[in-house]
Amino acid sequence: MNNIQKPVVSSNSELQLEVAVLMIECLNLEITADQIDPDAPLYGEGLGLDSIDVLEVALVVSKRYGMQLRADSADNQYTFSSLRSLADYIAAQRTR
Amino acid sequence: MAFLPLVAHVSPDSIVAWRADGPVTLRRFLAEVRCLAALFPAGNHLLNLCADRYRFSVGLAAAILTGKVSLLPSTHTPGVVRQIREFAPDVFCLTDNDACPVDLPRLRYPAMDVEGGADVFEIPQIDARQRIAVVFTSGSTGSPQPHAKTWAGLVGSVRAEASGLGLLPNAPCVIVGTVPPQHMYGFESTVLMSWSNGNTFCHAQPFYPADICQALAAVPAPRVLVSSPAHLRALLDSGLALPEISLVVSATAPLSMRIAKEMETLCNAPLMEIYGSTETGLIATRRPTQSAEWQLLPEIRLAVKNDAVHACGGHVETSTALNDVIELVAEGKFLLHGRIADLVNIAGKRHSLASLNHLLNTIPGVLDGAFFMPDEGSHDQITRLAACVVAPGMTAPQLLTALREHIDPVFLPRPLLFVDALPRNGTGKLPREALQALVQTRSAGKNRTNGVTRWMVPADHPAFAGHFPGTPILPGVVLLDMALQVLSDAAGIGLESCEIGSVKFLSPAKPGDTLEIRHEFQTGGIIRFDIADGARKIAGGNIVLRPPA
Repeated sequence: MNNIQKPVVSSNSELQLEVAVLMIECLNLEITADQIDPDAPLYGEGLGLDSIDVLEVALVVSKRYGMQLRADSADNQYTFSSLRSLADYIAAQRTR
Repeated sequence: MAFLPLVAHVSPDSIVAWRADGPVTLRRFLAEVRCLAALFPAGNHLLNLCADRYRFSVGLAAAILTGKVSLLPSTHTPGVVRQIREFAPDVFCLTDNDACPVDLPRLRYPAMDVEGGADVFEIPQIDARQRIAVVFTSGSTGSPQPHAKTWAGLVGSVRAEASGLGLLPNAPCVIVGTVPPQHMYGFESTVLMSWSNGNTFCHAQPFYPADICQALAAVPAPRVLVSSPAHLRALLDSGLALPEISLVVSATAPLSMRIAKEMETLCNAPLMEIYGSTETGLIATRRPTQSAEWQLLPEIRLAVKNDAVHACGGHVETSTALNDVIELVAEGKFLLHGRIADLVNIAGKRHSLASLNHLLNTIPGVLDGAFFMPDEGSHDQITRLAACVVAPGMTAPQLLTALREHIDPVFLPRPLLFVDALPRNGTGKLPREALQALVQTRSAGKNRTNGVTRWMVPADHPAFAGHFPGTPILPGVVLLDMALQVLSDAAGIGLESCEIGSVKFLSPAKPGDTLEIRHEFQTGGIIRFDIADGARKIAGGNIVLRPPA
């Protein structure tokens, strides 16, 4: 399988905030968007998302930004490693 | 002594799996199994964490040929890994991930270069009584309970499964699984079933809908998709076109009729659900679009003993109590009515509430605490646990970190509520209704409350300039913008994800007016709002929350 490299397009804080709001709404998280550190892990210790959450967020992201998320490696940890990396991925892949 | 073959394929050129680089023949597979087996350390227990299903299968076969037992715990948190090491001190971990975080002696899955064919071709015959795997359930006191699986038991289970699903033996169909081979369902229904029924499986474990489509497209028809309600729902909602599929299999949780019907329509193929448990393996199948009743596999019988329904016969070697509420309706047929109250099942992972409560209360700093499973709304949305804890001085992240040591993330409480005391009754018991009331009151207080916001119209608001000369009136658009701001803050949503249902302007708003913006959540994602200056109504209407397009 070909390795998808880290996207070269970077997201801005506006997109990060928008994605944070999307996640909070989609998962009913008890936190506000500005409380999410863009570099804190979304999995495990940080926000505590698990793979079911990731599937949910992926659906909303794919509809909103007109793109399909793809696993970047066997265990799929990079894209969802932080809000910034998710927003970077969206910035690089979005079609709307 | 009875022996059963490792695989039902017969020719050295039979295809046993599809990797990214194409098909793998039985000859090549067996050569790689022998190559890996030669690298195994002395320990008799193996934690096989290979994410790639083909590598997992090579690891499993190498373990079987060298008499090692594969351990299949339900999760791999540090606490569970410690318990696994206590259970089997000689355990080592086989992994294909360089960043594998598991604290055990590790064997990295090697790059193999076996130009197949030099060896004498012989299909290994396995002693039917050999212990192949130990699977673990959560138990009720926090320590995992082991359940041993023999070769005869596993082969019997997956042969019966293949026949229940109508999969022809030695047919060239390819199983594509979205579920991991480390979970009993994926273990049996992808790797073992294709071995014992002479079929083929795909190496990938696709996750996102686009990955599932790609994995399916990468292998030839006929294709079998072995999946779960969460993945099938995501696949349907993605709207992606699927390659031709001959059969869809779902397990781990009940599938909603909507998903079952839409999936059958989309694929023009039957969708079969399977029912089983870690202890029993698969015991029944049904096609939900045709019948709500489950059909037991041919040799399995159910019997009521001490108020519990037990399964026995066939590959279920010892009579085993089932963890669901079961209604026997006819010979070999039954209906499922949810789980027994103590058990929670989230996305195919099962835990006892008693055990979760036990773990919660052993965390230093927790004085009292209880998990609560809300009533499940619909099968399409996964319901999460809530928990109430009395833990003065502890923060939510501290508590969650402590829990994460021991339990799979799917069981982490959401919400986690800190309370002064639990509503225990006189005998110290915690009635479910009392806990439910507490959770509802506290959750409602956190978000989505009705309320009033006051806003004084600034006399120097730029909108008054020219609107209108000498008679300043706040333009409706400014008023509406203000109302939307208040409402979207209250609902915790972005402005772009609501639309205006209706709005009426009843009276003008002037500089210095103190406006009260009242909002009220109604059903169907509607928020009603009213804007007034004292008794004078200024405007009113509603907005509709909608998911982002």
